[in-house]
Amino acid sequence: MSLTTTNIGTVNGLTGQRQSVSRRLQHLLHTNPWVSPLVILVLSIAIFTIINPAFAQPRAISLLIQQTAVIAALGVGQTLVILTAGIDLSVGAVSILATMLSAVLAQDAGLPGWVAIIVGVLTGTIGGLFNGFLVSKLKLPPFIGTLGTLSIFTAISLLLSGGRSIQATELPAEMSAGGERVPIGPFDLNIGVLVVIAIYIVVGYALSQTGWGRHVYAVGDDAEAARLSGIRVNRVLLSVYAVAGLIYGIAAWVLIGRAGAATPNGIVDANLASITAVVIGGTSLFGGRGGIIGTVLGALIIQSFTIGLSLAGVDDQFRVLAVGFLVIFAVAADQWIRKVRA
Amino acid sequence: MTSVFTSKVARRAFAAATAVAVGLTMSACAGDTAAPGADDEVKVTLILKDLVNPFFVALQKGAEAQAEKDGVNLTIASGKKDGDEEGQIQAIENAVLKGEDGILVLPAGPAVNSAITKAREAGLVVIALDTPPDPIDTTDQTFATDNFEAGKLIGEWAASATAGTDVVIALLDQFDDRIIQTDLNRDQGFLTGMGIDTADLGQNGDEAQTGTFSGGNYTIACQEATTGAEDGGREAMENCLTANSDINLVYTINEPSAAGAYKALQAAGLEKDVKIVSIDGSCEGVANVASGIISATSQQYPVNMATLGVETIASVVRGGDYPPVSDGLDFYNTGTALVTDATQDGVDSITSEEATEICW
Amino acid sequence: MTTTTTATPVLAARELRKNFGRVVGLDGVSLDLYAGEVLAIIGDNGAGKSTLIKCLTGALVPDSGTLAIDGEIVSFKRPQDAQERGIETVYQTLAMAPALDIASNMFLGRELRQRGIAGSVFRRLDKKEMRRRSYEAVQKLGIQTIQNITQSVETLSGGQRQAVAVARAAEFGSKVVVLDEPTAALGVKESGLVLDAIKSLKDRGLPVILISHNMPHVWEVADRIHIQRLGGSAGVITPQSHNMTDGVAIMTGAAKL
Repeated sequence: MSLTTTNIGTVNGLTGQRQSVSRRLQHLLHTNPWVSPLVILVLSIAIFTIINPAFAQPRAISLLIQQTAVIAALGVGQTLVILTAGIDLSVGAVSILATMLSAVLAQDAGLPGWVAIIVGVLTGTIGGLFNGFLVSKLKLPPFIGTLGTLSIFTAISLLLSGGRSIQATELPAEMSAGGERVPIGPFDLNIGVLVVIAIYIVVGYALSQTGWGRHVYAVGDDAEAARLSGIRVNRVLLSVYAVAGLIYGIAAWVLIGRAGAATPNGIVDANLASITAVVIGGTSLFGGRGGIIGTVLGALIIQSFTIGLSLAGVDDQFRVLAVGFLVIFAVAADQWIRKVRA
Repeated sequence: MTSVFTSKVARRAFAAATAVAVGLTMSACAGDTAAPGADDEVKVTLILKDLVNPFFVALQKGAEAQAEKDGVNLTIASGKKDGDEEGQIQAIENAVLKGEDGILVLPAGPAVNSAITKAREAGLVVIALDTPPDPIDTTDQTFATDNFEAGKLIGEWAASATAGTDVVIALLDQFDDRIIQTDLNRDQGFLTGMGIDTADLGQNGDEAQTGTFSGGNYTIACQEATTGAEDGGREAMENCLTANSDINLVYTINEPSAAGAYKALQAAGLEKDVKIVSIDGSCEGVANVASGIISATSQQYPVNMATLGVETIASVVRGGDYPPVSDGLDFYNTGTALVTDATQDGVDSITSEEATEICW
Repeated sequence: MTTTTTATPVLAARELRKNFGRVVGLDGVSLDLYAGEVLAIIGDNGAGKSTLIKCLTGALVPDSGTLAIDGEIVSFKRPQDAQERGIETVYQTLAMAPALDIASNMFLGRELRQRGIAGSVFRRLDKKEMRRRSYEAVQKLGIQTIQNITQSVETLSGGQRQAVAVARAAEFGSKVVVLDEPTAALGVKESGLVLDAIKSLKDRGLPVILISHNMPHVWEVADRIHIQRLGGSAGVITPQSHNMTDGVAIMTGAAKL
């Protein structure tokens, strides 16, 4: 006995039934949500290159990569949190706290460079753990919990640093090592970029090849189903926020290299920028779908708009407008993809 | 995974993609798209601190007007908000990439210095506007306003106008969560003009709460942040009045926040007993001086700054010279004048009528 | 199909009580499940069927009472405890992550890792093996219509989803399989699929607890029927001893056993 073929979902044409074009596109995007941002990125680069051929040169691409590095790193943590159907508004605050604490300790307490860097990463992890505690044990909605910690961490860094910037010249060399140039072929990268790429490789492996990764997706997709299947949902949530915090701590170090200073002004609007990158990258705000490939694509798209429009001589007001439209388009596309006939 | 890109799918996808492409191109064409390499035209990017502060808007308009006259192709860029150094770093890097001839920048902080240096090494002319960079030789030239001087002028006026009485001061700064040069210099300048010991000139809010100024005793009743806007000024003033209703002297970071502070005083019925001092010299602000809302303000000239900046950069790129720096300073001071209708001996000032002719 | 009365029940519950604030969920319910039988639990809405099941499977912790498996007293703090003891449950909500594929859902919470260093140090999943076993589990239940193990669960029809959930329970259940309203949302054809699957489980010797309010289905597959009423047990009947109308009457309190 078999059910009629119309009950089977859109699969490989095995049923012999032709699905409509949009349904097949929908299925493709459903299983590979990063295809859509990839297309947009390629299109954007193509268009901006047509407007100003300087865009496709190694110099421009190198700049694109360097400018994207910090947000791309923060975006990994944000992606993990959003995959669990949460959101992390404290991303910038945690990173800045890590930056300023490590810099202040290096300058005032004379900590050696490596120790200060580890302090920064630990700070980020602890901040993330605190967020995870609020969400998993106290059961606060992530929006509320991280909104609170945003203020708390910002206040702590302000108390520590008095709002001042500390130049890289006043810090041990290791702390700004992220800015050291690493030419690769015709491209001009730096150590910070390489570290961010390493983060992507490690987290990407964990998400796609380990049980932990599967659990992250399951918890975001249907937390109750995950719980009933024996997954310790609270532990997964705690670990996600903690890993995110760890990544923010590493990003804090990359930031010092990039800005040439430990400054609270290095990533203004980090939470908005990281969330935008995640959303444009095709990860669903409702959890359970997406991944970090989309996030780096999303971050690259936003930055390519910045460079591309700048090369085209367009004023900044229009860039802000364009990015706004981009976000709406991305969320609408995500909504469409989610509409799957049961 | 079998391919689902049948020709029909591909066609539909590219139709959608083309629509996006057209949209992007329309958006891009909204700005200047002069072909790179137009001969006598000088290409300059103006990098502001934010896009909303009326001071910077006036500066931008002034720059655009002068750019038209001097054959300069001007592109506007900005940080996301006052203090955004990373946004400015990106704008500088992009300008270099674009092959600009020069950059006019309002530095948001020291983190932009290395980007500026790299831009100069790449052959661009970089001129700072509004805020002198530290160290001063980071840029090729600087046209700025001495914000410390501006604060000092209103401080001296206030000290003279309140001499012989006890003053209760409210300090309404711009921010309390970050250090911005303008914010710092104006506040510390005001206190210096009053003859109050500022403790550390690099820090707001570290002064003694009570003590003496040049004309008597003072009490600092409160120090609040306004974000430089009218509603922020109102809220800050209300908080101050709740803490201490005897306030008789209010320092405000700029004229919008002064207007807001006045509204708060009015609501409390105290506007006649309180002197408000401010800095900016916008036409609205000067009108407020005329009507008595603001007792004294220091007028600055952002349009001058912008005009001089564009002129100079255009001339230097074409082979000309830099104008010399102002006496006793290491930058070109575009000037500050005290505007008040209640003149005080020993403090030079101009009237609100005179100020109206040169306001922005 | 006669009721087997082997000495030790596979699963035995005694005097289970559960309150939710002032609401009485279970009022001292006892129950026995013997090897190789299908025990149905019927009852009106709010009679405590779901609460009873959740207490048996670790989704809820009873306030008092005992549970025993093969005569040995056990207590479950979380669903995984019951799973480790061989009790597999198919909840009404199916407990499957819709965005994940069939194979992932099959092994959700008990993913297989690769052998050797890849598995122990790098914790790498053995996706190939999981897919192979999932396909087999689905085939074993006679579900011909699912050909692609990598399609996501949300693209399946209601009956197919239910069948996959049952296949999962059958794959990992070594002692008991519990099904909570498996045919509630299904049409005739799809229900048939599930009922066949239940019979196939019984043929393999796995005892099944079945909660349902679909009387024809219950009378078709059950060996014994436990009637739940107002938080307590109203008795146990068989399809032979009582017909559907009698059963419903006892369930609603119109008649007594």
